[in-house]
Amino acid sequence: MVDVRRLGRRPGPARYSAVALLRHGVTDRAWEPAWRTRELRRRYDVVIVGGGVHGLATAYYLARNHGITDVAVLDKGYLGGGGSGRNTAILRSNYLTPEGVRFYDRSLELYRGLAAELNFNVMFSRKGHLTLAHSDASLRTMRWRAEVNKVCGVESDVIGPSDIKRLVPHMDITDEARYPILGALYHPPGGIIRHDAVVWGYARAADSLGVHLHQDTEVTGIDVSAGRVTGVRTTRGDIAAPIVVNATAGWATLVADMAGVRLPVQTFPLQAAVTEPVKPFLRTVVVSGTLHVYVSQTARGELVFGASVDPFASYSTRGSLEFTEGLAAHVLALMPALAKLRLLRQWAGLCDMTPDFAPIMGPTGVDGFLVDVGWGTYGFKAGPVAGETMAECVATGRTPDLISAFGLDRFAQGRLVGEKGAAAVGH
Amino acid sequence: MILLPCPWCGPRDAEEFGYVGEMRARPHPVTTTMKEWRDYLYLRRNVAGWTTERWYHQMGCRRYLLVDRDTTTNEVRSAVSGPDRQKS
Ligand SMILES: Cc1cc2nc3c(=O)[nH]c(=O)nc-3n(C[C@H](O)[C@H](O)[C@H](O)COP(=O)(O)OP(=O)(O)OC[C@H]3O[C@@H](n4cnc5c(N)ncnc54)[C@H](O)[C@@H]3O)c2cc1C
Ligand SMILES: [Zn+2]
Repeated sequence: MVDVRRLGRRPGPARYSAVALLRHGVTDRAWEPAWRTRELRRRYDVVIVGGGVHGLATAYYLARNHGITDVAVLDKGYLGGGGSGRNTAILRSNYLTPEGVRFYDRSLELYRGLAAELNFNVMFSRKGHLTLAHSDASLRTMRWRAEVNKVCGVESDVIGPSDIKRLVPHMDITDEARYPILGALYHPPGGIIRHDAVVWGYARAADSLGVHLHQDTEVTGIDVSAGRVTGVRTTRGDIAAPIVVNATAGWATLVADMAGVRLPVQTFPLQAAVTEPVKPFLRTVVVSGTLHVYVSQTARGELVFGASVDPFASYSTRGSLEFTEGLAAHVLALMPALAKLRLLRQWAGLCDMTPDFAPIMGPTGVDGFLVDVGWGTYGFKAGPVAGETMAECVATGRTPDLISAFGLDRFAQGRLVGEKGAAAVGH
Repeated sequence: MILLPCPWCGPRDAEEFGYVGEMRARPHPVTTTMKEWRDYLYLRRNVAGWTTERWYHQMGCRRYLLVDRDTTTNEVRSAVSGPDRQKS
């Protein structure tokens, strides 16, 4: 039967707008689901394993940039249930290597236009990003980063304590601090975003272009015949596919093992915590590598805290008291005025750490089996550019220049990327 | 808190230990090929489940030990005194 409300409208969900909001407000009509539940087909042109920002963005750009729409995204849980729904949503492009800077800067460019492109308010707030230096050594690394950034056209500079105080009046910049602050790398284009909205926006846009999104569908095996991938096995039956993309982050080695591909990846939990909301007072994102801590304030007023990964590899996402204790001590060393704030929540997500703190993207030894993994503690910001370049990789069979440094073969060849100085703590 | 049963000191908070990582055989540095050596350096099994790994009791007896741990729950089954760095 024809649904009269749909007549004359393009397929897919209704556009979100102020008018739509008003209309729904006064008519009390329910919103349509942002994406549809589809029949699981027995065959797809492309199967993407993992429904985080990476898998969904890859599906979206496959459909939008290359017209490839016979695509399924499979997730063993719910969309955004992995790192994409657990991260602290910091975006920046002030990396250390030119490969890294160019790559992440393209991602920020895509993020800046994303709300309009996806018709979804992703709340990208460009509040600026400060990485503190408490030692001569880190000041040197920051000077190095600032120069690499500038050469790549990225706004980034080293500033002194008085400028830091101007940006963050609550910071203790005295010499009495346990780790006195000598300076900072200031990166105005950095900021925070609403991570769930990014996931949902990509999911909704991919769905409206014809991509199938299947939640509660776990990949349990990958079929390879004569060196070529032929399909996947799932908890809901087998699916034939000439191309399978592994975008499962913390679970990446488990999925790659199914195809007989070994990855130099180890899974570590990363924890974060959030306080009760307070009036806006913290303008920028603040990161201290020495103190293993970073802080930002959300639009709702909560302070979001993060740290380095847990000290040992694990697939468990239980929080620990050691984390909260260390976190509180380090935050107070930076901003003593926060002593009265209470933590509301604490959680953990899994991070797929690589030896050089750079991702692993592109083809593997098995034809048709591609990886987009190794996102460690810093991969949310890369979602758009990884989706764009992985889609190009799938569609053309060639590896785009922007990701040529990130191939899996670099480990066997000893060509590591060396991003540790810019990615070990500041995600 | 996770307790590791150190064979010398008894059950101790995991915070006292350094995590060295999963057990793997080191190829002989003289006779190995470049590929074998790099695989040894970078590849991990990254098991989800029971695995044997090496820890170092840095704030205790300062000995190395081998620990069986389920990486999905962090349950620890047993620990035995392990080979030290020189012998491994
Ligand atoms: C606490 C924390 C803070 C972070 N902070 C930042 C930050 O500030 N900035 C930043 O850029 N990055 C940050 N990150 C890192 C970032 O969250 C991740 O790198 C990024 O979200 C990875 O996205 P993804 O889509 O690759 O993977 P995920 O979002 O983890 O998605 C992988 C999906 O694969 C699914 N899956 C796994 N196995 C299977 C299977 N066998 N079959 C089907 N599906 C499967 C999972 O259910 C999951 O949904 C942080 C991470 C954490 C945990
Ligand atoms: Zn001991």
